[in-house]
Amino acid sequence: MKSDTPLLEVKNLDVRFAVRGGDLTALRGISFSLDKGERLGLVGESGAGKSVAAFSILNLIARPGYIAGGQILFEGKDLAAMSERELRKIRGNRIAMIFQDPMMTLNPVLSIGTQMVEAIKAHRRVSTKAAREIALSKLRKVQIPSPEKRLEQYPHELSGGMRQRVIIAIALLLDPEIIVADEPTTALDVTIQAEIMALLLDLCEQENVALMLITHDLGVVSQVTQRMLVMYSGRIIEQGPTREIINDAQHPYTQGLINALPQMGEPGARLFQIPGSMPSLKNVPSGCPFHPRCDFATDQCRQTMPEYVRSGNVDVACYEVSNLIEQEKRMQEAGS
Amino acid sequence: MTSPLVDIRGLEKRFDLSGSFLEQITFKGGRFQRKQEAVHAINGVDLQVQKGEALCVVGESGCGKSTVARTVMGLLSPSAGEVHYGGQRIDNLKGGDVLPYRRKMQMIFQNPYASLNPRMTIQQTLEEPIHFHRPELARSEVREKVQEVMQSVGIDPDWGSRFGHEFSGGQRQRIAIARALAVDPEFIVADEPISALDVSIQAQVLNLLMEAQETRNLTYLFITHDLAVVEHFGTRVAVMYLGRVCELAETKTLFAEPRHPYTQALLSAIPRLEDDRPNYIRLQGEVPTPVNLPSGCVFHGRCPYANERCRQEIPRLIVTDGGSQVACHAVEEGRL
Repeated sequence: MKSDTPLLEVKNLDVRFAVRGGDLTALRGISFSLDKGERLGLVGESGAGKSVAAFSILNLIARPGYIAGGQILFEGKDLAAMSERELRKIRGNRIAMIFQDPMMTLNPVLSIGTQMVEAIKAHRRVSTKAAREIALSKLRKVQIPSPEKRLEQYPHELSGGMRQRVIIAIALLLDPEIIVADEPTTALDVTIQAEIMALLLDLCEQENVALMLITHDLGVVSQVTQRMLVMYSGRIIEQGPTREIINDAQHPYTQGLINALPQMGEPGARLFQIPGSMPSLKNVPSGCPFHPRCDFATDQCRQTMPEYVRSGNVDVACYEVSNLIEQEKRMQEAGS
Repeated sequence: MTSPLVDIRGLEKRFDLSGSFLEQITFKGGRFQRKQEAVHAINGVDLQVQKGEALCVVGESGCGKSTVARTVMGLLSPSAGEVHYGGQRIDNLKGGDVLPYRRKMQMIFQNPYASLNPRMTIQQTLEEPIHFHRPELARSEVREKVQEVMQSVGIDPDWGSRFGHEFSGGQRQRIAIARALAVDPEFIVADEPISALDVSIQAQVLNLLMEAQETRNLTYLFITHDLAVVEHFGTRVAVMYLGRVCELAETKTLFAEPRHPYTQALLSAIPRLEDDRPNYIRLQGEVPTPVNLPSGCVFHGRCPYANERCRQEIPRLIVTDGGSQVACHAVEEGRL
């Protein structure tokens, strides 16, 4: 099923923020790819760089941030090197974005209809009437009750769940190839979250849209995505098929993250906890950024950043894992 | 059964929306009319918190769970109903009479960025409640006490001269917990204490709260929307919907066999790691506004089992064979 060239390919992306006293590296050598119709999860705690990664895909990093190196290839063209004009043709049109807070994304002084028509007309030469028709069909698609009425309404008249549905409808307006969703359900209640996630999943499957889902909720990632990346301190530390990572995480951080979930512990028993917290960008530890919190840390971890090794179908950046693989190989060789 | 530590009886809380007398007057059809509107945040809640337990109150935003917490603490005065602590009615106490209860009851808030005074050092923050509630203690004794609580929550006592902003979210929440523990309370109301924190930090704080419960013999009223946390932490669970308790049960019973249709939907909406797709009970519509409460059962508009009786008669909590208390006509009649 996999085509030769992925729809989106990020290669060795570095993003830095120029602040007083030098540059802060927010993303360090990020590489991943996204195929057509594939759903990819981006997991990490706050400060891991997952939102920066999402924004940089659309080249939306604002000053003082800048892309310091690497490529973002969308259908073979490098978004990092493109002019604003060319980028504008892609943003919202070919790659759409859904943000966390629907109230911040919608313009409070324009009706839903006006905002949707505006978005269509910015990219396509159609009459207002035709644009309204497109808007209506998309609102129907996200299962909004009485869509004709919604076109006349203003964002404040809708509930949080409804607003997020409108946002999804707007993202779908121009039939994009990729939807980047940055914590789309974090501001919503559990039952609404379940509805919105199910809707997003259905739509992506129906329309064969690729989804990049940024979230901190491992449960959601496991429900919706096929592959996932785990980020820590601006680096991808583990990436591979979602099921494989959830069932058998390789990196000590991913293991800790999964084991720290209350649903993994015996009720009432002490939860597994990772000591300490994520380092700030101002003082990222040398070597593997996770080493101060890691039980397996050795001198090697403290000095140099581990390269990716493959374990099953998963790429992991951890010396502990690579040493184990080496050991296994040697044992096999000795055996044969 | 021994008498409960905290006894909430028939609690109601309304927040007036209509403003002053003059704002309520409208001129309509040749006549002056006075119109009063209120948000019905809590509509008759009875809860007993037994000594040594952790009673969790769960529900979605707007269900009144935080209002219950604040009313119990005396931060809000109830519109009707009573709050008893250790057999003594406390919601109508005035002035100095409340003080002894304030020392026994402490609160932890959701957002540790807002609940610590930014202009006070940690030492001052922790000393203040001790000075206030136990003025008889000498300076050195107070300082000793502060050292003791800081150590017990895992904050280095040498950091006392730092300010709140110098700490991470997890550390701040530890300090907020230390502040609550500083006066040796018996009962702690925690309003979403871990919702603002990252997953790995949530586990740390949850462990800390459980440790404190064990070593200090604490009783918790724990407000949260996160059902996975409840399953792990709670002794008993009360599920709230639109200001009423719809189900109250031992945690194990509730998660093994939810009876109320709303509880069932809520539990099905939790994203689980083992899920491959969002898998949940679809509810119709959305939570109605608490300004105009639905007649009868507050849940009837969204309930697949609602009948005429549900639309008219308010269900009361009844004890089922499983030992849980459920407010649902369908369960009572054996339809569900």
